[in-house]
Amino acid sequence: MFGWGVLKGMLVTLWNFLLTYLWPKKGIFTVQYPEKKLPLAQRYRNFPFLVYDGTPHMIRCVACKICESECPPKCIYIIPEKDAEGRVQKKPAVFDIDYAICMNCGLCEEVCPFDSIFMDHEYEISKYNRAEDLMVRKEALLKPWEYFAKIRPHDFERIEAKRAAKSAKAKPVAPAEKPSQKPDAGPTSPQQGSVPKNG
Amino acid sequence: MAETIDQIFVLAKDRFLDLLGIVLPDWIILLVRILISIAVLLAVAPVVMMYMTWLERKVLGRIQNRYGPNRVGIFGLLQPIADGIKMLTKEDIVPKNADQVIHFLAPVVIVIAPLLVLAVLPFGRNMIAADLNVGLLFFLGVSTFGVIALFMGSWASRNKYSLLGGMRAFAQMISYEIPMVLSVVPVILVTSSLSTAAIVEAQLGWKWFIFTPWGGFAALVFFLCGVAEVNRTPFDLPEAESEIVAGFHTEYSGMKFALFYMAEFISTFAISGLAVTLFLGGWDGPAFLPSWFWFGLKTFILILIMIWFRGTLPRFRVDQLMGFAWKVFLPFTLANIFIAALWALLPYPKNFIADTIGITVILTLLQIFNRKETPKKRKYLYAN
Repeated sequence: MFGWGVLKGMLVTLWNFLLTYLWPKKGIFTVQYPEKKLPLAQRYRNFPFLVYDGTPHMIRCVACKICESECPPKCIYIIPEKDAEGRVQKKPAVFDIDYAICMNCGLCEEVCPFDSIFMDHEYEISKYNRAEDLMVRKEALLKPWEYFAKIRPHDFERIEAKRAAKSAKAKPVAPAEKPSQKPDAGPTSPQQGSVPKNG
Repeated sequence: MAETIDQIFVLAKDRFLDLLGIVLPDWIILLVRILISIAVLLAVAPVVMMYMTWLERKVLGRIQNRYGPNRVGIFGLLQPIADGIKMLTKEDIVPKNADQVIHFLAPVVIVIAPLLVLAVLPFGRNMIAADLNVGLLFFLGVSTFGVIALFMGSWASRNKYSLLGGMRAFAQMISYEIPMVLSVVPVILVTSSLSTAAIVEAQLGWKWFIFTPWGGFAALVFFLCGVAEVNRTPFDLPEAESEIVAGFHTEYSGMKFALFYMAEFISTFAISGLAVTLFLGGWDGPAFLPSWFWFGLKTFILILIMIWFRGTLPRFRVDQLMGFAWKVFLPFTLANIFIAALWALLPYPKNFIADTIGITVILTLLQIFNRKETPKKRKYLYAN
């Protein structure tokens, strides 16, 4: 009959309208954002952060600059720490990431041989000033290894297993090599990567 | 008591005028009596419009499985005010090549018509700003006037989309004006009056015209034409977002833009009010609630139906729109005048039968003449 389809459509919308009052859980899908948030997927990624074990001084990063050179938009800036005699240490003195430039590709996480940089779940980072506020320094980037375990348990398990296997393999060699830490061990030397606790 | 609440606005007005009468001469009282009605209408109409936008957004949201505005104030009730402030503080852009004067005048003129027609709507018993003896004619005449303002805006913008929207508006409004007026003619014929107050009085005591065979269909046609007159979905071709940006108000911003919306919403209210007056018994209703409440309730329901339309139906094509007016509504309303005449002429059981037969015949004929014509498959004699 003429107009029957119109009536059927009207009933559909009427039912949806009533459903929002009668059965809000089924009827309304809105997540009222600032108050409620959807749980993020584990593999969600946006901006990188640095990992430390225990205290912020035990930073895992060895300032090897692999992530800096791999970063497609070149948003990472690293200066390795130097001791009193000017020898390069396996530790970053400056580690800046410009969040305004970072494009959330996650390549830094992929290339890092020391499992020290990972993509974060923090997305409420809007700031008033693009130049200063979004240039994130080392202190602000540092987050404990337990935080990573919390946001990405699956990856945590995988990486822990990998690290455990590596350190088990490296253990017999480690005492021999540890004192022989040459000053010429450049920032890009990846040996001993399995024991970054000293680095 | 019920009588007092029913007449509370009228009594308040009289009381106020009595008090003024102590100090002022009679001729000023006469002026004030008129001015009060005008002031009340001018104050109420924008508020009605503001909360209609709120209602529309709420209902549309619910239809689309979300909450609508609920941030500003409780249930988002302050949202229209926030929107008003936003609109007022926005930059007012006038295109460089626009006709400055007409571009400015169009949004001003467009709100005049919907505000004027409110004067002849009976909002309740004795609550009519101007009981003209040609009230209905006044309403139909003045509401058409809005299309001129609309075309002014579209022409003065010097924008192709605006002009297209204006052209569409003109074609649509003129097409739908005819069945709209013709669907009202039976009411005039039966009540033999053009005064809206007299039309309501003729329907008192549940003799609403929508319950008569001719009135039911006339109400449907009138309401649909009314939806087309105020450019609402599914008849919103003049401002079709997905086709011509925003149609006639493409080049408007800030408060001028808001005025176009104001005109649209107030005329929505006015058309709903007139449909209630003509077919749904106006302010007639069970006496335990005041008459103005019944008028408001019925108008509210009609507005809700319009919003429901908007949440459901897709836009017409231009040919469908024109075909609907000229092929369906126009012949039906013409026949409906005759059917209503039969109703008025014959005694009770006979007129009901006559009307039923008449409506069945005209609907069948419309069905037959409007059936879909599928061309026969062409035979190619020589191609092979």
